[in-house]
Amino acid sequence: MDIVVLVKQVPNTTEVRIDPKTGNLIREGVESIINPEDRHALEAALQIRDNTGGKVTVLSMGPPQAIDGICEALAMGADRGILLSDRIFAGADTWATSTTLGRAIRKIEQFDLVLAGRQAVDGDTAQIGPQVAEYLGIPQLTYVQKLEVREGAVIAERALEDGCEHIEAPTPVLVTVLSSLNEPRYPTVAGLIDSTRPRAPIEIWNGADLGVKAYEVGLAGSLTQVVKTFTPKGARNTQYLEGSPAAVAAQLIDALRKKEIRLGE
Amino acid sequence: MDFKLSDEQRLIRKAARDFSFKELAPNAREWEEKHHFSREVFEMMGDLDFTGLYVPEEYDGTNVGRLTAALVFEELAKGCYATAVYLTVHNMVTNLICQYGTEEQKERWVKPLARGEKLGAYSLTEAEAGSDAAALSTSAVRKNGGYVVNGTKLYVTSGGVADVYAVMVRTSDAHKSKGISTLIVEKGTPGFAFGPHEAKMGLNASPTTELHFNNCFVPEENILGAEGLGFNFAMTALNGGRINIGACSVGLAQQAFDYALAYAHKRQQFGKPIVSFQALQFMFADMATEIDAARLMVYRAASLMDEGEDCMMEAAMGKRLATDVAMRVTTDAVQILGGYGYMKSYPVEMYMRFAKIGQIFEGTNQIQRVVIAREITKYKGRKRPDSY
Repeated sequence: MDIVVLVKQVPNTTEVRIDPKTGNLIREGVESIINPEDRHALEAALQIRDNTGGKVTVLSMGPPQAIDGICEALAMGADRGILLSDRIFAGADTWATSTTLGRAIRKIEQFDLVLAGRQAVDGDTAQIGPQVAEYLGIPQLTYVQKLEVREGAVIAERALEDGCEHIEAPTPVLVTVLSSLNEPRYPTVAGLIDSTRPRAPIEIWNGADLGVKAYEVGLAGSLTQVVKTFTPKGARNTQYLEGSPAAVAAQLIDALRKKEIRLGE
Repeated sequence: MDFKLSDEQRLIRKAARDFSFKELAPNAREWEEKHHFSREVFEMMGDLDFTGLYVPEEYDGTNVGRLTAALVFEELAKGCYATAVYLTVHNMVTNLICQYGTEEQKERWVKPLARGEKLGAYSLTEAEAGSDAAALSTSAVRKNGGYVVNGTKLYVTSGGVADVYAVMVRTSDAHKSKGISTLIVEKGTPGFAFGPHEAKMGLNASPTTELHFNNCFVPEENILGAEGLGFNFAMTALNGGRINIGACSVGLAQQAFDYALAYAHKRQQFGKPIVSFQALQFMFADMATEIDAARLMVYRAASLMDEGEDCMMEAAMGKRLATDVAMRVTTDAVQILGGYGYMKSYPVEMYMRFAKIGQIFEGTNQIQRVVIAREITKYKGRKRPDSY
């Protein structure tokens, strides 16, 4: 089974801060990492390949330094890496990003499965996976926490708010995964030595390679514009409850009721 | 002089950092309190290739060199100093056998050690032979194609849990240091037993035990190199070991610094975060400066070793400074956290206890000064060639 994994480089969010004056993310001194859920997608791809054969290609869009994530993915065991990098891709919203990724996957041609994390920790949109599936005209299975492959099909367990759903779809198919799916492996030292060599199997594709026009991608091809980014002002108000466990429980329920917080049936 | 890491080094450091943050840091306190050695974590480090950092590919290592290895140890020490330390010893022993062993010995020990299937330990110290290591008396007497070993070794890192031990023994009384040889002894050899885990001030995630040899027969194919070379091997290994301990100590100091700094940004007194007070800012400025100096010295020694240059003095200087800095910085971190810092519910008191051993093992910092002084006086006052 040939698999394409969508991987995004994101700032390590335990450290992310927003500049209160400009509203921009403070990226200075913040390490970039592979988006956590994308690592789970990659792990799933590697396991499927190890069991059934085929090839795992990691695909990422970003500035040149996003190649770090591709090197790490190769060091975890991916076979091929493609970085979509071009100034015309800059400033893309999810629509323009999905268009660009979709074009690249079409250029890859041979694939049975596209895997991605549910969402990226920096944007939290969860739109890229579904939009890429729409672009490619293939089925999409989102919020997947268990995944099994069969000849010409995948069977997935999707996590829903009130339970889960077992669903089968024919390949080619796009699947977005949750972190509960698996435990991702780490890149190995030997893998990193190979993946940072000049002859590592990494390609960098630009707009011309994809045959896209500047107005289709990046900021120009985006349907949405970010007007303002800000941290919501919410003052935290800590209230300490004292007394016996039963008394504290009663006070807690009263306090929640007063705030009209639903306590369930 | 280029202070930039290569992409390979940067990404290996990142992988080590990620592993340390996820697998070591959350468990370090529990391992310390419960005196628990995690074999599982050692095996994971084997899967990540951290177990054969100096060994060439043909013996299942990665041969990334001393500087890259220092980066790995530095990151691991941030998560768990004890784990980083025993891993440096393991790599040191693996490299020792790889450098001086026969083809059969490399096949038998280096490969499984480098793959992380076996754990290595190093044993030099005895009750009456600490800083004066050449005074060791554990005897190995030739008999029937091997050696009969008798004696007790002290303070062996990974004692009891390690599988392969590089043991310095006395094969001749004729010379002091030239009568010392290195035997490779496997766990389970009849006559080879372990003392109990010593309860220590820190570093309890890595067991330290005595080795007891009681008419233990070790076949002659287990000698490293030849008789009389053991002391040289032991000292050569320790030279690299000093770089490693320096690296671990830089990581420990950095971790304590990062923790204290984050705390000082959050902790409010007199209506302001305490980091805004100059008394603390100056402490942080000194801590940061000293950590940086220690790191640069350790990296320089590692780079020299990678280039095959003599670095006896530089390694000793790096070890001495880095471990002293770790002691100072971890002590200051406790001070910055105040009463909280003294509590076991915060990690800095543990960092402080970890730091102390750095000034003692791999040659005490007094012995480092002996090494440094010997190097600087050997030109009898003439300028060292190619020095500043």
